[in-house]
Amino acid sequence: MSTNKRLVSALASRSEEDFALDRLIVTTKADSFLEWAKRWGQSNSLWPFPFGTACCAIEYMAVVGPKYDASRFGAEVVRFSPRQSDLMIIAGTITEKQAPVLKRIYDQMADPKWVIAMGACASSGGFYRAYHVVQGVSRDIPVDVYIPGCPPTPEAVLQGIMQIQDRIKKGVSSYDDSRKVQEAAFDKAAANAKTSTH
Amino acid sequence: MQQELNPFNHELEKAFSAHSYSHKFDNHVIFATTKNLLTVMGKLKDEFGFNMLLDVCGVDNCQRPKTEWSHGVRFESVYHLLNMDKNERIRVRVPVDVDNGEIVPSVMSFWKGADWFEREAWDMFGISYLGRKKERLLTHHEFVGHPLRKDYAADHNQPLSESLEIHFEADPSITPEEAMKREWINIGPSHPATHGTLRIMAEIEGEVIKRSRLEIGYLHRCFEKMCENHLYNQVIPYTDRLNYCSSPMNNIGWCKAIEDMMGIEIPDRAKALRMVLAELSRVIDHLVCIGAGAVDLGALTSFWFCFEQRERVYELFEKLCGARLTVSLTRIGGMAQELPVGWVTDCLEVVKIITKNIEEVDRLLTKNPIFVQRTKVCPISAEDAIQWGYTGPCLRAAGVNYDIRKANPYYFYKDVEFEIPIGQQGDNYDRYLVRMEEMRQSLKIVNQVLNNLPSGPYQSLDKRVCIPPKKEVYTNIEGLMNHFMLIMKGVRPPVGEIYSATEAANGELGFYVISDGGQNPYRVKVRPPCFAIYQSFSEMIQNKMISDAIAELGGMNIIAGELDR
Ligand code: SF4
Repeated sequence: MSTNKRLVSALASRSEEDFALDRLIVTTKADSFLEWAKRWGQSNSLWPFPFGTACCAIEYMAVVGPKYDASRFGAEVVRFSPRQSDLMIIAGTITEKQAPVLKRIYDQMADPKWVIAMGACASSGGFYRAYHVVQGVSRDIPVDVYIPGCPPTPEAVLQGIMQIQDRIKKGVSSYDDSRKVQEAAFDKAAANAKTSTH
Repeated sequence: MQQELNPFNHELEKAFSAHSYSHKFDNHVIFATTKNLLTVMGKLKDEFGFNMLLDVCGVDNCQRPKTEWSHGVRFESVYHLLNMDKNERIRVRVPVDVDNGEIVPSVMSFWKGADWFEREAWDMFGISYLGRKKERLLTHHEFVGHPLRKDYAADHNQPLSESLEIHFEADPSITPEEAMKREWINIGPSHPATHGTLRIMAEIEGEVIKRSRLEIGYLHRCFEKMCENHLYNQVIPYTDRLNYCSSPMNNIGWCKAIEDMMGIEIPDRAKALRMVLAELSRVIDHLVCIGAGAVDLGALTSFWFCFEQRERVYELFEKLCGARLTVSLTRIGGMAQELPVGWVTDCLEVVKIITKNIEEVDRLLTKNPIFVQRTKVCPISAEDAIQWGYTGPCLRAAGVNYDIRKANPYYFYKDVEFEIPIGQQGDNYDRYLVRMEEMRQSLKIVNQVLNNLPSGPYQSLDKRVCIPPKKEVYTNIEGLMNHFMLIMKGVRPPVGEIYSATEAANGELGFYVISDGGQNPYRVKVRPPCFAIYQSFSEMIQNKMISDAIAELGGMNIIAGELDR
């Protein structure tokens, strides 16, 4: 609620009651209020798509399980359809064989979307410096939050989810960033093409 | 560790001495050639009762001490067979001159279960089998080369551009009218019911699956290649991630194999602690299987019940070592550390709670008509199960009384009281019942062991594997030397090879380890129980509904980590 927040100062001529009433009122611009409300809603009702492949997926089960209960953070509506979700949690090792599948599923998610790389394997390949393991999913898709650990503790995963919430509230996402980079590259290429034709 | 030869060994020796029969590290070994392989196999199967094929794998001999492979041929195809009645295992080694185009006869005619193992040997080593298609199994279809050959660099990645399209071979027996009615659907590799990374391509008619193809390898993390580049003790964390639902059991299987090879007898306390961990892991593994399997059938509540119990065991593990899932609790020669104060009491308490709470799961599911009807599908006969190489709860559900803990009791399994539940039909419901009962029996074992926990050291005092106590390191030269050697050079088993098996949650977990006397294993082959079981899936679901296939998948408890390795 940081943007355009302004307390209306009480006029000296007003009565005590008016003054008290004004203290409760916040004025803001309509569009920024809507933006704020949208982000607030988004961050507290994340629909994760668990891209679980390995051991980390078992630990992710514990996160949504009764003890750690991800629903306290509004992130328990696990959807196995990418089209219904806005947060992808990559829990587990991504192999070369799996990588095109991951990319395709990521592309199917509607934007805005966020990505958590849970665990050492998803973040960097972990201790598998091996011929069939992708050395970090950021090679293929933009990642918002990396959670260290092998597997990360459920507490760490919850913190990761909270960091995603922060990012949503601030309106940043790696997806947007990567798109901007792509668009800039595209514009540059187009401009180059133009100058070279002259 | 040459053992007393029993009559069975003599018989084998008499029958196979021409094939250089030997008995080393408690394993029978026979050398065959590609010419006489089928005769040898037939004889072993029919005359000596080796009715189950456990494993087929390749070996690349090019950097191995010559004494171990005097035949002078670079590759070998190695078979492991099991005789369940006598509980004997045998290894058959066949040299294959791959470079000169030698082809190994396929043993598919004896055991259907050779299917994927032979495909894997081609994938990993380029060994061809007669009449078998050269299809990639674990690596992707654009992969070039054979990664487990010694000249393939462990870190040489080959990215894949496009994932494999769904496809079926043309089958002349399908009439055009039939073909018109059929469609292809793709399930997985990212599908909630496949628990991870399995992919099923199905040809369906209405809701009935007419044909299916299984695609695995989406979690092929190169375990075996990683082993070749790490010290023996460093392999332990990798074993954690084989069957990640019950990590301690894999630790135990690995350490036991190396200890058997080195002839190390671990202290009683370590044995007892390993049993406790193994049985607790069996319980949590079955809990995940039952809970997740029930979710696939639409029963979410039992999943929460199961997971709650699992959390309790996680807490115990956390108290032991700080980790919840991937614990790496054993070391070669014993355990990593002593129990913290009060752990035994905590554990007994947890056992009591779980014993009570799994009855709630029982009440939710066992007599639930929907659950019963949906799981009484896809039965398998005992003969078929053996043909495919089933082990563990799936084999016992089919009515075969085989459990390594009873047949060949390692550690204190002969001293504790427990029973082996057996099913009749081999369907999913029986598997569920077997798993439920196994949990109860396991909790019973934990109880008995904890109440009679031996005292003493938790690690063997053998100087080849365990660091001497600090006092000795600082006060005498021998202790210092041992410490130095172990730190600098690591554990070094003698030259040779061993196959050692333990009863893991899903069945026989075997480690075939070849040592060249160096600090890294020369070759490690895991015999994962899931691998043999899952290859039968395609046949099991033929002409069944898709929903039955989902139930079947849950009942088989396929763990991608050990399936793809
Ligand atoms: S980070 Fe560790 S726990 Fe997670 S998938 Fe990788 S190996 Fe398994």
